[in-house]
Amino acid sequence: MSEKQPDTGEISVDVFDHLVELAALALDPEEREYLRGELNGQLRAIRALDAIEVDENLPITSHGVPYTEGTRPGIRQDEARNAHQADAILSQAPEVENRYLVVPDIPQEALE
Amino acid sequence: MTATLADLSAREIARRVRRGELTASEVLDQTLERINEVEGRAPTTEPYDPKPEDRELIHAYVSLVEARARGQAQSVDKAVRDGRDPGPLAGVPLAVKDIFCVEGTRSTAGSRILENFTAPYSATPVARLEAAGAVTVGKANLDEFTFGSSNESSAFLPPPGNPWDPSRVPGGSSGGSTAAVAAGEAALSLATDTAGSIRQPAAFCGVVGLKPTYGRVSRYGLIAFASSLDCPGTVSRDVTDAGLMLGAMAGEDPADATAAAVEVPDYLAELERGVEGLRVGLSPNYFRLAYPDPETGELREQSIDPQIEAAVHRAAESLAKAGAEIVEDVPMPHTHLGIPAYFVVSRVEAASNLHRYDGVKYGYRFPGSVTGLREMYRETRGRGFGPQPKLRILMGMYVSGEQYERGYYRRALQVRSLIRQDFDRAFSADGKHRLDALLTPTTPTTAFELGRVYGDSVLMQYADLLTVAANHAGIPGLSLPAGFDSGGLPIGVQLLGSDFSEGTLLRIGRSFELATADEAWRSRRPALIEAS
Repeated sequence: MSEKQPDTGEISVDVFDHLVELAALALDPEEREYLRGELNGQLRAIRALDAIEVDENLPITSHGVPYTEGTRPGIRQDEARNAHQADAILSQAPEVENRYLVVPDIPQEALE
Repeated sequence: MTATLADLSAREIARRVRRGELTASEVLDQTLERINEVEGRAPTTEPYDPKPEDRELIHAYVSLVEARARGQAQSVDKAVRDGRDPGPLAGVPLAVKDIFCVEGTRSTAGSRILENFTAPYSATPVARLEAAGAVTVGKANLDEFTFGSSNESSAFLPPPGNPWDPSRVPGGSSGGSTAAVAAGEAALSLATDTAGSIRQPAAFCGVVGLKPTYGRVSRYGLIAFASSLDCPGTVSRDVTDAGLMLGAMAGEDPADATAAAVEVPDYLAELERGVEGLRVGLSPNYFRLAYPDPETGELREQSIDPQIEAAVHRAAESLAKAGAEIVEDVPMPHTHLGIPAYFVVSRVEAASNLHRYDGVKYGYRFPGSVTGLREMYRETRGRGFGPQPKLRILMGMYVSGEQYERGYYRRALQVRSLIRQDFDRAFSADGKHRLDALLTPTTPTTAFELGRVYGDSVLMQYADLLTVAANHAGIPGLSLPAGFDSGGLPIGVQLLGSDFSEGTLLRIGRSFELATADEAWRSRRPALIEAS
């Protein structure tokens, strides 16, 4: 088995705060407490995966149905196609100026 | 109440419309009339103040698209008048789960973050069903981004009620789809199944739900949750309609490289062939397994609802009488690990897929003043997403973050291999059991009350305990109505088969329908429809 065993710890407040920052989510205090509690409940369920022996050499399955020569779709022809939805797509953007998407300022930070 | 055109099967509607005995417009009128009778106030994202009458009505649709539907119905009727082929689903009212893009319609995923998003194109299965003559009546409610098993996490409330008892959940995430079909608000619904989201609510609402093999139906235009597990599939009132619908939408698609290049058979051609000689298995691992105690939350080995277990055995006896060979004691030892592995795999994929919602290209953007781009992201996502997407994003980041992951993700993908191997052994032509299908319960319980489980994300996830293995393995699963419990709530049984064996599952399902056609429970209808 590899050194990396599934964790048995909980998601601490510090770890939670780090995840929230990475996920770009503004949360109120009540929501933070609820979400962290639920995540730790889910982690307890995930620990059932520790309870069984898994052969290190067992291959992973990234999705269930294997694609074979007979079932894998062929490579598409490299053909240009006109798309007529550009205006419809742009019309969905929250803020557009001269067909550019507008975003708030992107603060600059000096690289260390 | 006399049955109306809204209660006809899709096959019967299409047959009569194609012959000119009925118009698509008449079918649409009576379907809209039914919707008007049973639907109740339209769900919105406004703060929800529950009213007693909300628990008496269905609320299956996030939005109705009447004008668009009228145009489609008129096109079908014109084709018939002009002597052109209107398609195999001519005039069939269709509810599209609001996780699919339908051109020109609001396509919300049940989320505030897409509340005002209008799809600029249609998903491949939607386009194929409409090209076959189906008439899209509306967008069915769902758990937010399909994240749930009760439909209560939708941002659009009131949540759908179960037509058999609207104070109970219809299941989820395709709760609006199954409620609409059970109540005659559509003959068919296009839905999705990532852990059981078609089969579990189909069982709760007493309708037929088919999750096809992964890759059988294109995912193009489906708002993604977990891309290695998501399967578009069918909701219908009978098995024949499931075959009719699947045949119209399955197959290769240049817009989705995971749509398999496997020929689409005529699912109706073999439907009535019976089950003589087919081997149908039963596994003890689907009747007794580890899941949380509904009262204490403690994870322990327990038996499923005995009334549901009895219904599975009755179904096996019916199939045996029809000529199937029943194979008992098929070991499926990794079934109970389906949910723990799913908690990892689906969250990693969901977190990845949900990063695209950033308030820049489409969807909601926080309108207040912000200090910069990063704060706009945080406020937009914090206000646009409900608790279920937030939980999935955070868990997905935790179990895939290098500093935290400690082997969870790899181990979950290995467990996925073990689950797949269970099925490979059971279905292998050279194996001990050589099954054509495994017969299981669809759910460990019947429909629970609104509000009873929602909020406990672990208990809610375990509603998919008996369905999720098929998603890990990619195989097809079919949930069939199989009677009622003592409280009058529908019970579902599930058939699981090898890759691309939808035709066999439908054939077994049809045989079960015929074998039980005279049983009293088959003639029951939701009280709401009887009264309307």
